[in-house]
Amino acid sequence: MAQQTAEWTGFNITEQELRRMRWQTRRENLGRSWYKFSRNPLSVVGGATVLIIILAAIFAPYITPYPDHATRPFTDFANASQPPSLEHWFGTDEIGRDIFSRTVFGFRFSLTMGVVVLSMVVPVGVILGLIAGYFQGSRIDTIIMRITDIFLAVPPLILALAIASVLEPNLFNSMVAVSLMWWPWYTRLVYGQATALRNEFFVSSAEVTGASTAHILFREILPNTLSPIFTKISLDMGWVIIIGASLSFVGLGVQPPKPGLGTMVASGAKYLPDQWWISLFPALAIVVLVLGFNLLGDGLRDLFAAEEI
Amino acid sequence: MRTLTFIARRAFHAIFVLLGLSIVIFIIARIMPGDPARVAVGARAPEWVVEQLREQMHLNDPLPIQYYYWLTDALHGDFGISLVTRRNVADDIREFFPASLELAFTSLLITAVLGIGLGTLSARHKDKFIDNVVRVISYMGVVTPSFVFAILFLLLFGYVLDLFPTIGRLSEGVPRPPTVTGFMTIDSLLAGNFTALFDALHHLILPAMALAMGTMAQEARITRASMSENLTKDYIAAIRAFGVPERTVMGRFLLKPSLIATISIMGLDFAGGLANAFLVELIFVWPGLSRYGMNAILRKDLNAISAVILVLGVVFIVVNIIVDLVVARLDPRIGLRAARSD
Amino acid sequence: MSVTPLLEIKNLHVEFKVYGGVLKVLDGVDFRVNVGEKVGLVGETGCGKTTTMKAILRILPVPPARITGGEVLFKGRDILKMKERELRETRGRGISMIFQDPTAALNPVFTIGAQLEPVIRHASPENRRLSKKELRKLAVIPLKEVALADPERLLDAYPIQLSGGMRQRVCIGMALATNPELLIADEPGTSLDVTIQDQVLRLLQRLVEQRHSSVILISHTLGIVRQMCDRVYVMYAGNMVEEAPTRKLFANPLHPYTRGLMAAVPRLSGGGVAMGIPGRIPSYLHPPSGCRFHPRCPQAMEICKHEKPAFQQAEDDHRVACFLYDPAVAEPQKEATTA
Repeated sequence: MAQQTAEWTGFNITEQELRRMRWQTRRENLGRSWYKFSRNPLSVVGGATVLIIILAAIFAPYITPYPDHATRPFTDFANASQPPSLEHWFGTDEIGRDIFSRTVFGFRFSLTMGVVVLSMVVPVGVILGLIAGYFQGSRIDTIIMRITDIFLAVPPLILALAIASVLEPNLFNSMVAVSLMWWPWYTRLVYGQATALRNEFFVSSAEVTGASTAHILFREILPNTLSPIFTKISLDMGWVIIIGASLSFVGLGVQPPKPGLGTMVASGAKYLPDQWWISLFPALAIVVLVLGFNLLGDGLRDLFAAEEI
Repeated sequence: MRTLTFIARRAFHAIFVLLGLSIVIFIIARIMPGDPARVAVGARAPEWVVEQLREQMHLNDPLPIQYYYWLTDALHGDFGISLVTRRNVADDIREFFPASLELAFTSLLITAVLGIGLGTLSARHKDKFIDNVVRVISYMGVVTPSFVFAILFLLLFGYVLDLFPTIGRLSEGVPRPPTVTGFMTIDSLLAGNFTALFDALHHLILPAMALAMGTMAQEARITRASMSENLTKDYIAAIRAFGVPERTVMGRFLLKPSLIATISIMGLDFAGGLANAFLVELIFVWPGLSRYGMNAILRKDLNAISAVILVLGVVFIVVNIIVDLVVARLDPRIGLRAARSD
Repeated sequence: MSVTPLLEIKNLHVEFKVYGGVLKVLDGVDFRVNVGEKVGLVGETGCGKTTTMKAILRILPVPPARITGGEVLFKGRDILKMKERELRETRGRGISMIFQDPTAALNPVFTIGAQLEPVIRHASPENRRLSKKELRKLAVIPLKEVALADPERLLDAYPIQLSGGMRQRVCIGMALATNPELLIADEPGTSLDVTIQDQVLRLLQRLVEQRHSSVILISHTLGIVRQMCDRVYVMYAGNMVEEAPTRKLFANPLHPYTRGLMAAVPRLSGGGVAMGIPGRIPSYLHPPSGCRFHPRCPQAMEICKHEKPAFQQAEDDHRVACFLYDPAVAEPQKEATTA
């Protein structure tokens, strides 16, 4: 293999040197990308928002004033339905729980939702897209892409609602439901990239040197599709969080008394308009979180200048 | 001829996708824990009644056979009885669907007018104050879930400012026009009932706006992007260089190529609107298909769920074919390619 | 040849605002076309030829482009200060342009007729009163003139349905449909293969002769310019560096850059012009100080790094922007070397 590389590049360099050079360029590119990214204030704001929320969610038990109100059943009718004050920044709900503490804990569910769904969905969608794209025109391509078409034929929220409805309503099952609906988007994205890349010189040269299919798919094609995939992931975090919150809002996601953001909006909706703070602050929390991920994703997209996302 | 081939190919594809979708729905309906026959007759019915019903519903047959019966029934418009309304699901759909369509179309209209309008405004004043305002608005539109908009609008315009009614399609005491199309506004107009027309519009605005916010923001962003990109194209410079007045350049030679991107995602937007309607109709107590579907989902009413999803799938596919046709009509590159390829 | 100036550009500055900063693309361009004259403009790709021409017609995309200074006088009036109405009358009837890439210059979603008819409608006040039918009849004429077969059917065709050569002809026809006093031809036919390019150029030459229009011909192929133009400007990195009657320029090029261009074998296919000069066009983000050519110049002097040479007369009708020909600089230097 080392010999072959040397012949192919036409220079007398060994595999190790080639790899070292590749790493160096990659590091330089990363440095330049970071510089460009940091020049765009909105992306930095988005990134900072996301980072702060993640840290707050992780350290929620230590930084919230009333962690008990979120982690175990709690009632304090004497302090129920208090408007926002210095003591309770976001007020208290109908049974006296501190909404600020519950909102910070609520981020945990939203972030878990996003991370788990995407880590289930991305590998599956990407692998299917790579296979279908590389074997474009074959039977396996037809089968994969037709199935993808079917799932793309209905808005994801509707099928996710239907799937969630036949399962036991809880966070895990809502993640399963959303995951089942989400992989086709990655398949389609990677498919488009892979069909374009399969005719590139570096792919055919790998084929000529007798590289295995797995090597071509994961070492030659996949690295060249990573930037649109990562951009889509950061934009999708927002969408998955919205859908997760929507499922919780209609009672098919996080179950009370657990403080899901959508769950809290729904339970507070009964007390509108007089006790507006019960619904409003969790709702705004969703907006801020999704906004953070979108700003971050847009910054990444500008960076990679990736098309078709 | 070109158009006909195009439609034929798309229709073939659509039938295939719908068949696939029906299998998915069937599978979802069958993985539901519990016995559909038992659920249908209730917990207190004797065992022999359940067994009889099982036989009648073909539940003792292998799954492919069950699917065959289910599909043939569905093709005849027979989705069975709804557990919630205790009525024929097909009748329920006929009753509730027009209300959802009316809402979806109104929201699509708002989306198109405001989205394209704001996008154009933004592109023409790129990097100026007004552009930044539009960009902030569209950002908020994209990141805010529709149910949050619904609650905010309900709170602000419904309660605090008290400008709009908050529930239903018509106020109490307003005479209902006879049902012709199922669209309250059109029916009122046909009946010459202007009180009802005004009242129906009044009821439509808030939920339609809540539904439109997200898609409108998306359209504005896409219109802005494609317009400001096309403004730098040589064909705009060329037509200007030949002395064609600015009004014609903007209103004709810039608008048409820029709208293609906007229109091609409109199908997705419409579908997105129908999906979001599941939450918005719930909040505004809008007696539409989505609210019906949502109630079916919450009560595990499988016949109703399957039917609603299938209907929405059909709508989605039909809308997308229409959108593709419009785009192919606007853009000869796509139209010619579509007719030429395989 | 009369020497009434038709178009005069004085000290034109254009900037492009981009993500990383401001590109100073045109840095004080001077340029003149007399009535009835054919002027050539040569230089490497990216040196600002097209930008200069688009600035004349005020069709640069704004943003990112911005005209930051200078005058563009057409028949004595400054185009840069014109109001919309006057500008519209100058465009088309006064000055028209053939674009470099005919595929990009034709709107892909309109038929040829839909693009040609409004051009003709606004080409004269009388045309504005014509019916659609009469307009269509008029639209056939320019297509016939550029020797396109079956012009009637062509009016209903989309650009994608035509070959490259046909699109180029359509673009020429559209540019000439307004009977312009000054025609700008931006590298006509560069995107076509050599035989068709030759046909297109002959056609263009014939049509221009018929109309007695003034012409600005942009090219990086010196042979074409030599064959067609009365006078030639040489441009480098946003500056005019040399100007002379064609014969004089080719016989005695003064600027080191022009000499480099001549040394690079001129080929009909275009491209490869810079072969004779090491290096490439500098970045407009951080252009070299002094003379923008000095990093590549074989005869660069100390002063070239600090000061920008003026574009001034070396002989009576031969202008050059180079300190080698500046008596105040060059003479003392010569003395120093001889001593």
